[in-house]
Amino acid sequence: MRLSYPANVKIIQVPCTGRVDIIHLLNAIEDGADGVYVAGCLEGECHYISGNLKARRKVEYVQKTLKELGIEPERVAMYNLSSAQGARFAEIANEVVTKIKELGPTPVTNKKQNNAA
Amino acid sequence: MIVADRKSLEEILEMVEDCKKILIVGCKGCVTVCNVGGVKEVEILSSSLKIARKKAGIEIEIDMHTLERQCDNEYIEQIKETVNDYDAVVSMACGVGPQFLSEMYKDQKFFPALDTTFFGGATEHGVWEERCAGCGTCIIHKYDGLCPVARCAKSLLHGPCGGSSNSACEISKDTECVWDSIVRKKMEQGRLEDLLGVTEARDWRSARDGGPRRSIREELVQGNI
Ligand code: SF4
Ligand code: SF4
Repeated sequence: MRLSYPANVKIIQVPCTGRVDIIHLLNAIEDGADGVYVAGCLEGECHYISGNLKARRKVEYVQKTLKELGIEPERVAMYNLSSAQGARFAEIANEVVTKIKELGPTPVTNKKQNNAA
Repeated sequence: MIVADRKSLEEILEMVEDCKKILIVGCKGCVTVCNVGGVKEVEILSSSLKIARKKAGIEIEIDMHTLERQCDNEYIEQIKETVNDYDAVVSMACGVGPQFLSEMYKDQKFFPALDTTFFGGATEHGVWEERCAGCGTCIIHKYDGLCPVARCAKSLLHGPCGGSSNSACEISKDTECVWDSIVRKKMEQGRLEDLLGVTEARDWRSARDGGPRRSIREELVQGNI
């Protein structure tokens, strides 16, 4: 099965989404990512019991922080799928890219003209 | 431990508005235990402030340093080489931290990133509750270890008041009436008569009413023992 997902999605592999921390998501936004999402196993199917549930709470924390800073919280998201769902993986990647394109480029750019909009 | 909450990003951003380079100092003591001012929270605050300032088009440089404690000069001293390299220093300790820092480093400005709230503990993961008000003369042996000074809204020594209802305090149905708990515990232990006596009016000068307090341990002042 050869499935394609958008080339502008950069994948960072972790052993379990429980490894993803709040600071990793914030750093991505800080460094200019237009969006960042966590793709974890289906809820109830984490090898480490609750890694994906914890990841979701961290994603929600970052969404709250972005909101506080006047940045669209939808730039950070959590998805759940199993490793057997290759097609779903590509679908999610496309979905995220479409959504982020709708939001436009990140406002975290250090350029003053951004604020004029 | 001392419990605190982080101030809003808006409030902290306003404090550092004119700064181009700041230091955020964390504390590995109480505020690490209540997940509000340790290594992790310092990183999160730093990144959040940087995001906000990048968005505003006025980048800010931030260094981080988490000290063992901010209530001991021997640790405060550890930043002496670099403390004046910044436009301001933000402390993530309880209110003691920024003050110890401020007293040692006369030429620097120190801002609190936290609102210090009370002495307490975690009753469940993520929930902290007040247990002691540091009144300077502990009297809870009279109440089987429950403190009406800190936990009764009126600090009554003979309670409960008429506002106690269904074990809740009249200030809010979510606030336990500690006097209800005291009476209940005495009844369960068959010692209700303990509460019949009159407790003398207490001397509040040992609490904040007497002004700032100080604790002196003579044998330590003389040297290590
Ligand atoms: S500075 Fe405050 S928070 Fe840090 S250890 Fe001391 S009392 Fe606790
Ligand atoms: S009586 Fe005073 S010292 Fe004792 S627990 Fe209550 S507030 Fe703290």
